[in-house]
Amino acid sequence: MNHDIVLFLEMTLAGFLTLCIFSFLYKDNPFYRLAEHIFAGLSAGYYVGLIWHSVIMQQLWVPITQNGQYSLILPGLLGVLMFTRLVDRLSFLSRVSIAFVVGNTAGISIIQQLHGFVLPQLGDTMSRFGQEFWGPLIILIGVVSTLIYFYFSKEHKGALGITAKVGTVFIMVSFGAHFGYTVMGRVSLLIGRVQFLFVDWVHSFNKIIN
Amino acid sequence: MHSFFGKQLPVAVAFFSGVLMIITFFSGDQTVADFSQEQLVWVTIVGGFSLLLGVASITRVSLSDVRKRRKGWPYKAVLLIFLVASSLGAIIEGTERGTLYDWLFQNMNAPMMSTMFSLLAFYIASAAYRAFRARTVEATILLITATIVMLGRVPLGELIYGKLPEITDWIMNYPNLSVQRGIIIGAALGAASMSLRIILGIERTYLGRQ
Repeated sequence: MNHDIVLFLEMTLAGFLTLCIFSFLYKDNPFYRLAEHIFAGLSAGYYVGLIWHSVIMQQLWVPITQNGQYSLILPGLLGVLMFTRLVDRLSFLSRVSIAFVVGNTAGISIIQQLHGFVLPQLGDTMSRFGQEFWGPLIILIGVVSTLIYFYFSKEHKGALGITAKVGTVFIMVSFGAHFGYTVMGRVSLLIGRVQFLFVDWVHSFNKIIN
Repeated sequence: MHSFFGKQLPVAVAFFSGVLMIITFFSGDQTVADFSQEQLVWVTIVGGFSLLLGVASITRVSLSDVRKRRKGWPYKAVLLIFLVASSLGAIIEGTERGTLYDWLFQNMNAPMMSTMFSLLAFYIASAAYRAFRARTVEATILLITATIVMLGRVPLGELIYGKLPEITDWIMNYPNLSVQRGIIIGAALGAASMSLRIILGIERTYLGRQ
């Protein structure tokens, strides 16, 4: 088939699905629900493809069959045990696999959180005092007051209450800034989709006619 | 037997795997480091299976809806068709350019994903209208900051007031940074203490109902 026609058909499919999703702005309707379920199916399938090739094949099957790394049979078995979750009577067996993943993640997390986040962030808060004064002071006040705002073990009264109030002001400034950024990001995505519908799609149609 | 596999063994597995990860960080021993590296591969494998379990769960629920002709079953059938097409495409043909998996992603999944996200631009506008009515001091601060950041990132803002981009940069680099830092420190401390609770077996909710 002609390349332009194939391109037009592909764009028409993408355009149709785009309009189906935008139809939700009017109200929930069969077109939106169709696109929603196609999206859910494709997204799940996307992860199957990703896991199949990058984990099951690359890290399990190939090392066992080609490199003789038989110790990997054990995580393979733990992985298969996960599926006992689908059988009520045997679902308790999946807890061993879940505990293995959660335990390892917890062990890594303790080091990662303290060594990778808490200490460097505390260090950065103080280290800039040598170069300037007002900027790092604002940051220090912001960090301390934000932490106190989220400290709920004591009632926010007196000095703690005042600091928490200062924290609220800082938090509102930050949330406002993030809101502004999110709006900009979403609007630029919307512009992209509208451009696709009115420029790319129409252009591919014109190419066939001409 | 049920209690051992369902309770004692998972808690023991979580404890030993978590402790091993912590020991690895502090110990300079190469054997320990190699073993923990191997264990990380195991975690990736078991974690990969857990993602597949999620897909298996969606398939099971959708199949049951289709078989019993429950409300909205045709949509579930569509979901299953696209899930199977995408998964089988990836398993049989691979995920490279030009495959069915890639075609489905480029022409259906990617356009739908960006449309879904762009849809939020409309809802964020109505949410902004409700949140930004300057009823309180906090809401006013949020409103002013969001407006400055939005205007400061587009040429129109600079046209209105030349120093708007500079003010936006200051907001992002000082008050916003300090709040992000406070939130990161607080969340990291919370995650570290939760991880410790998991390793010590105090927190067991991840195992599900006992």
